[in-house]
Amino acid sequence: MRRAPVVAAHVALGGLAALTLLPFVWMVGASFMASGEATTLPLHLLPRAPTLAQYRALLTRLDLGRCLLNSAGIAAAVTLAAVVLDSMAGYAFAKLRFAGRDRVFRLLLAALVIPGQVAMLPLFLLLRALGLVDTYAGVVVPGLASVFGIVLVRQYALGIPDAVLDAARVDGAGELRIYRSVALALSAPILVTLALFTFMGAWNDFMWPLIVLADRDRYTLPVALASLAGEHVQDVELMTAGAVLTVLPVVVLFLVLQRHYVAGVLAGGMKE
Amino acid sequence: MSAVRSSLAAVLLLAAAACRHERRPALRLWALGREGEVVAQLLPDLARRRPGLRVRVQQIPWSAAHEKLLTAFVGGAMPDVLQVGNTWLPELVALGALEPLDHRLARSVAVRADDYFPGILAANVIDGVTYGVPWYVDTRLLFYRTDLLAAAGFARPPTTWAGWLAALPRMQAAAGPGNWAILLPLREWEPPVILGMQWGAGLLRDGDRYGDFESPAFRAAFAFYLDFFHRGLAPLGDTAVVNVYQDFARGTFSVYLTGPWNLGEFARRLPAALAERWGTTPLPAPDGTAPGVSLAGGSSLVVARSSPRKDDAWALVEYLAEPAQQVQFYRLTGDLPARRSAWEAADLPADARARAFWLQLQHVRPTPKIPEWERIASAIARYGEAAIRGEMGIDGALEALDRDVDRVLEKRRWLLAQPRR
Amino acid sequence: MQRLRLNPAWVLIAPALVAIGVFFFLPVVAALALSFTDFDVYTVGDPTRLRLVGLANYRHLLAEPRFWTALGNTTYFVLVGGSLSVAVALGVALLVEARAVRLKALFRTVFLLPVVTTLVAVAVVWRFLYQPRFGLLNALLGRIGLPPIDWLGDPRWAMPALILLAVWKNFGFDTLIFSAGLQSIPPQVDEAARLDGAGAWQRLRRVTLPLLAPTLAFVGLITMIGYFQLFAEPYVMTQGGPADRTLSVALLMYEEGFRWWNLGTGSAIAFVLFAIVLGLTLLELRLRRAARGGAR
Repeated sequence: MRRAPVVAAHVALGGLAALTLLPFVWMVGASFMASGEATTLPLHLLPRAPTLAQYRALLTRLDLGRCLLNSAGIAAAVTLAAVVLDSMAGYAFAKLRFAGRDRVFRLLLAALVIPGQVAMLPLFLLLRALGLVDTYAGVVVPGLASVFGIVLVRQYALGIPDAVLDAARVDGAGELRIYRSVALALSAPILVTLALFTFMGAWNDFMWPLIVLADRDRYTLPVALASLAGEHVQDVELMTAGAVLTVLPVVVLFLVLQRHYVAGVLAGGMKE
Repeated sequence: MSAVRSSLAAVLLLAAAACRHERRPALRLWALGREGEVVAQLLPDLARRRPGLRVRVQQIPWSAAHEKLLTAFVGGAMPDVLQVGNTWLPELVALGALEPLDHRLARSVAVRADDYFPGILAANVIDGVTYGVPWYVDTRLLFYRTDLLAAAGFARPPTTWAGWLAALPRMQAAAGPGNWAILLPLREWEPPVILGMQWGAGLLRDGDRYGDFESPAFRAAFAFYLDFFHRGLAPLGDTAVVNVYQDFARGTFSVYLTGPWNLGEFARRLPAALAERWGTTPLPAPDGTAPGVSLAGGSSLVVARSSPRKDDAWALVEYLAEPAQQVQFYRLTGDLPARRSAWEAADLPADARARAFWLQLQHVRPTPKIPEWERIASAIARYGEAAIRGEMGIDGALEALDRDVDRVLEKRRWLLAQPRR
Repeated sequence: MQRLRLNPAWVLIAPALVAIGVFFFLPVVAALALSFTDFDVYTVGDPTRLRLVGLANYRHLLAEPRFWTALGNTTYFVLVGGSLSVAVALGVALLVEARAVRLKALFRTVFLLPVVTTLVAVAVVWRFLYQPRFGLLNALLGRIGLPPIDWLGDPRWAMPALILLAVWKNFGFDTLIFSAGLQSIPPQVDEAARLDGAGAWQRLRRVTLPLLAPTLAFVGLITMIGYFQLFAEPYVMTQGGPADRTLSVALLMYEEGFRWWNLGTGSAIAFVLFAIVLGLTLLELRLRRAARGGAR
């Protein structure tokens, strides 16, 4: 390739990367500013005298630390449940034969087209009948298993060599034992990906926790942030600090486990 | 495997911690907006009087309050005591969410019904049963910049709308180019409704079964409302004014149609230089009979029917309704007490700025007491905005509004037509 | 002899099926049933205040101007926002995957950052970026000499503002998929075209894009399905305003269902949304089958 287009490409990409990062830079900068500084002109990205006052306010007065724990606990619970349930079902759909297997699987695929919001209203009424409104369990329950997860695991499990499974069967192991000892171990990479996606999805989930949770003590970070946005419309620095707190864990998780994230996107995407 | 086990343990631990928290029996109070931020400061005295009674306050922003309340009710997650806008009472009563309070009121020493502004207490009585205790009163009148009014050549605030229409452009000019005269927030339904009431419109007709927004009275009031925007006296859009207090100080607008919570907010948030340069005045009238009518708003404290601790809940309500607490609450928020004895105790009628509210509160009217009111109000705001922006003509907007309102009231008409069981 | 035993496969799939069945399929069916009633706030207070109204909810919906506004806004968002997202993602992928470009992984990571961040946090931050007086965007506009825009307050600019946000947030994801698609094209094909004398632009149009067509269709489909469910951005940033310009179908459903508790109407809206998404999906599948059949 000739030189000029190469340079141009790098410049373009670099510029785009800078534009992509700009909102984040502003967000972090504003979160360390004193109240009122972010709205004084001329605009500046970096605080003149960085302060932790906003974070302190969030963690003490506004109790966002508790919401952080809520988010973490709920996301962990959903991830654990989803990984277990989805891996079981995904493996079964891939490697075991039973009556109606393909029909049931196609029915599940159909669910992918249905927007989640369709179910929300009656689901709320169902949870109310079960006494789960305004509880952690109420937030977790819709995410216990996901069709996306099942498809992901199934896709991967199809690649497990039958020979390995047959050998275990010949040794007298039951199907459940085979799943636990053989399939799970062999599926470890996709399970990490599934766990990552599920955790991030549960952490970032907004609409459902907004509807189900009433007591502020149980709010997850996105819901608390939206609530804060309603009250403190004018407090720019406080809101950006809240946004940083909300975003930091998933960003760190993503940076550490990038490879698995990318693998998951491609695995889920390449088979339609 | 150990990773699974340890994460399982973590989850269970978290759940256990949560459960332990949920079993603590504190009384739950939901308070809205600024009141929510402040009410906790009133509680230490109650804790001293009733050591076993712990109260947990949750603050909810006004913007999400109505939907949060209904969601909580449907989900069975109501608190014990709530602050509600008194225009929401008919809706909550229709849901069966509130505990009737008449027998408690009759036996109460601290809460005396005759001490309340009559119009305000009446707003809490639905079908002859009292469901709420007024906490503070709210009505709308004009806050204005005294210096800019003087610069416009007026020694005293006008008492007719005609007078204000003469003053506003001059105040706008006195503030400098690129500014407006009066702030009328677009998302609010109160301004057109207040003007409608002043022009004598009924808003709804036939026992509140149909919309009456195409009546000549409301049409005239609505046209008058739109005029502020079409003449460039009021800013278009909520983003033009970012921080109300900074912009009032800057002169971006000189007059603001708002309520008593801004007595406290202005005192807190305006820069020191502005401290003596603003005042309040009752609403003008279309004719000379000042003051013009305004809304009988305010918040009430209610007890949820689902509360397992109604006696404790009532104790909290009684406490907050005491004149001493009302006065203290006023000092903290600027919200005006609902009890006249509290007004006198705080020497409010003598306070120049509160006096306008004292006068205005003698001329207030409630909005129609139907469950659908909140929905109708938001439709008014919506069509108001469309007409202000010129997207709909005034007749088109009012016709569409009536159509929407009639549809909203359809079920009410059906229910009223049912034979009484 | 066959022993009557429960196929262990059912043990493995039962928990997931039960969870999905009870907490998804069952509510969806219930939503359909609800949409044929006038379940509202009165019903919540007293269950006898309920009427079966057949298709009345749907009829009223189709006659309701606000529904068409919401549908129009959502379609605008999907068509313009979706196309822009896909186009930007494709362009970026082509740039990143160019052979001589270095630091591919770094760029990919940076572009993925918006994707993984919480939408509510992003909406809160961008609401400030769009502020007419002290927002970063108008400051940048001022730097290149353009007048400030009231992004979220001007009815003409509110939806473009949301579209810009959506493109920024999502293009990294699509770029990743496009990158994978580009990587799967054997380099010999492009090489052969170059040796045949085809210029860069021609190679792109005649070789690369057709080979990328299935990926393009897939990305287009998932973008469309996702964008039709537009909710969090207008909820946090504009509440559907100004003048209902950013009112989306999902936001309307939320309003009807969770603000006014008209579950009958809310469910009807949800089902219309579902029908639209389903229809578009089927259409896309059919088009793809036809294209594949034609190409052979």
